[in-house]
Amino acid sequence: MSTIELLTNKEYKYGFVTDIESDVIPKGLGEETVRLISEKKGEPEWMLEFRLKAYRQWLKMSEPKHWPNISYPEVDYQDIIYYSAPKQKATKKSLDEVDPELLRTFEKLGIPLNEQKQLANVAVDAVFDSVSVATTYKEKLKAHGVVFCSFTEAIKDYPDLVKKYLGSVVPVGDNYFAALNSAVFSDGSFVFVPKGVRCPMELSTYFRINNQESGQFERTLIVAEEGAHVSYLEGCTAPKFDKNQLHAAVVELVALDDAEIKYSTVQNWYAGDEEGKGGIYNFVTKRGACRGRNSKISWTQVETGSAITWKYPSCILQGDNSIGEFYSVALTNHAQQADTGTKMIHIGKNTRSTIVSKGISAGKSNNSYRGLVKVLPGAEGARNYTQCDSMLIGGRSGANTFPYIEVMNNSARVEHEATTSRISEEQLFYLQQRGISQEDAVSLIINGFCKDVFRELPMEFAVEAQRLLGLKLENSVG
Amino acid sequence: MSTAVKEKSIYADAFREFAASREGEPAWVGRLREGAFGYFEELGFPTTDEEDWKYTNVAPLVRKAFPPAALGRDEVEVVGVETFVSAEAGRSRLVFVNGVYSPEHSSREALPPEVTVEELGAALAGEHGEVLWNHLGRLSGERGNAFEALNAAFLGGGALLRVPKGVVVEAPVQLLFLTAPGETEAATFPRVLVVAERDSRLDLIETHASTADAEYLTDAVVEVFVGEGARVTHYKVQDEAGSAYHVAATRAEVSKDGTYDLTTVTLGARLSRHEIEVVLTSPGAACHVDGLYLVGDGQHADTHSLIEHREPDCASRQTYKGILDGKSRAVFNGRVYVHEGARGTDAQQSNKNLLLSTDARVDTKPQLEIYNDDVKCAHGATVGQLEEEELFYLLSRGLHPDLARNLLTYGFAEEIVEKIRFGSIRAQLDEAILNRLHARLEA
Repeated sequence: MSTIELLTNKEYKYGFVTDIESDVIPKGLGEETVRLISEKKGEPEWMLEFRLKAYRQWLKMSEPKHWPNISYPEVDYQDIIYYSAPKQKATKKSLDEVDPELLRTFEKLGIPLNEQKQLANVAVDAVFDSVSVATTYKEKLKAHGVVFCSFTEAIKDYPDLVKKYLGSVVPVGDNYFAALNSAVFSDGSFVFVPKGVRCPMELSTYFRINNQESGQFERTLIVAEEGAHVSYLEGCTAPKFDKNQLHAAVVELVALDDAEIKYSTVQNWYAGDEEGKGGIYNFVTKRGACRGRNSKISWTQVETGSAITWKYPSCILQGDNSIGEFYSVALTNHAQQADTGTKMIHIGKNTRSTIVSKGISAGKSNNSYRGLVKVLPGAEGARNYTQCDSMLIGGRSGANTFPYIEVMNNSARVEHEATTSRISEEQLFYLQQRGISQEDAVSLIINGFCKDVFRELPMEFAVEAQRLLGLKLENSVG
Repeated sequence: MSTAVKEKSIYADAFREFAASREGEPAWVGRLREGAFGYFEELGFPTTDEEDWKYTNVAPLVRKAFPPAALGRDEVEVVGVETFVSAEAGRSRLVFVNGVYSPEHSSREALPPEVTVEELGAALAGEHGEVLWNHLGRLSGERGNAFEALNAAFLGGGALLRVPKGVVVEAPVQLLFLTAPGETEAATFPRVLVVAERDSRLDLIETHASTADAEYLTDAVVEVFVGEGARVTHYKVQDEAGSAYHVAATRAEVSKDGTYDLTTVTLGARLSRHEIEVVLTSPGAACHVDGLYLVGDGQHADTHSLIEHREPDCASRQTYKGILDGKSRAVFNGRVYVHEGARGTDAQQSNKNLLLSTDARVDTKPQLEIYNDDVKCAHGATVGQLEEEELFYLLSRGLHPDLARNLLTYGFAEEIVEKIRFGSIRAQLDEAILNRLHARLEA
């Protein structure tokens, strides 16, 4: 057969379930659920107020269903467990006290939490269902003044910082899923890099959903003070269940003068089976504020999992000369749907943004890029360059591009380019006649197509991402 | 909400009066009219909450509630109609003044007898009933917006153009919709149906203009059917009065190996909205959709286009360019939709905008929706100023900065202008561009 056709997908290897005793609250959502979560976490009054305010706003809002290019059955918000935590000893002074079953789980996922065993120079916060179970290299980071801990600890230990920045980039009523998250978020990561500090190692959070009935609602807040620099990575997986699960996270980044935050994601949630049964609904709000002059926020994402992805990591370029970047590879296969892109809001003078998006759609999936570039009247000399390329594999998938460009300043320069193509028979033939197997040839072409994004990833992640793409499209040529 | 209901009821009275005055029409026209009005009432005027109208607020024109112009008014005497006529179409033109057909200004001399170029009212009553019954409202009916429904409800003024199989019409046909402002501000509803049968050729010039500045509404709908192997070249020149409102829809269907080329020129109107849809229904069909919008202080120009590739091996090219000056705003929304079976599709789209002033604003949204892997599709959009390097080059040759800027701006527009086949339209456009540029020099 000479046509390029997707045959099978490599089995999702992270689909196992950890058998562990959990502390679970009953299904359903109401004001008492919000109060219960807050109580379980022993939160101060102001935090509960924040949650309740968000919950009340959420009640008044409706799901954004008319504009995204995705479709799914009604989500029953009363049929979700909003808090599920593995039972363990109250205090975990060291890793020795973490349930060995949990350690084994993360080891199996390729994230050893034992500092001797893991990748040197990467600190990990491991989140299991609703709570953070361990954070590595905390002490070493503290010596440099860098705070890296779970969100629960941050509320206890750094209330002033949390109070100052939480909800300042993504307000509680920003959108439906952000409001839901603000009401019921259970844990997440907190990073604070003080003035002038260059974080000595990569920080990373690994998210794992284990409970079949639960959703995951985590919150990440990263603050880089004047001249600080930090690189942060996140990864995620979930077991294979027939039921759809909701993941609604909120990520807020704040960069002050001359600060730089690099945020990388390799998203590999369970995508559902070939017919689209099961899988994670990944409805995420990510936004960074370049508050200071010369600040920079860079988003890099490799989206391969989830039944549905709905996320638009954005940059608010407020400080003069600030820079926003978005590099994305979104791969959809089988019945997956993705509506993802970015928003670059140019407010300050001479602000610059770059968007590079690569979409690959296979099977009968639907992959959309949706992005906004907005130049406000005061953004003298703003500059944007956008490139969105789509690759279609097989004749049943869809690739869409929806760029919104709104320019209110005449000194701005905005460029958008998009192309759609497929792996051509000629390219394949050329590689094959050089003795490269068909599968390696496809992998080579796809990796070449995504090269501009992969080279933005930290080294270990780049290798992982290339491998992941290879696995997803294995046996793709018949 | 209450205001919306009120607007509808204003048109309800006008509609009953209008419908009653149209006795003698075939029964199906009455039904079409009634159906359209019902649909209009159901839809209501669009609001900025709707994704398609996000950047264009029609509330100011809705508030005006312009009454239909054609209601029992006598024909207005106008002088100087000739200045609006394209030289190439001197003897092949239909002229409408305030929505009413004006026989003394029209001419069919240069047209072959087998070609039908007839005023719509006469065509509805006459021998062309069947062609009309088969085509009228087929493209603009259920797919249309509230303004199109209103146009169908007040259907009357306009033209039927039918070119029989194999006939090549040498002279371009001009349809001139002229507004000669009277005492009251009114709305006209021009309607055009073009049926180009197999292997025929037709050039059409559609002109909207005004003899003096006034506030009025033109709500136009043009439906074009391009038959197998036929070719229709359509120029639309919108040069309405500076205070006018212009809302229009152009919908075309292209059959096997047919070609539809549309070039739109947007110069006038305070608020204009042009909705374009070209459906390539059979293999080998092709279209070019080009446009130039030149907007100045206080103007808002919106173009929404959809090009649909339904079958294999169709090609589409779209180039839209805009020059914005003063406190103006332009909206471009271009959608290319490639259906699952449309392999071998070749589609390209580009939108380029030049902002000459600090108050100008552009919202552009080129979209690709592709459901087949064997396609070649690309789109691009830019917003910016003149290239510094090009400017530097001209300055280094000793050109005055103002002159250099004007030359480059003129060159930017020329990509669209030079493709226009008719000298009279090119001259009109050049004049409009140069006027704008000279105004800048003096300012």
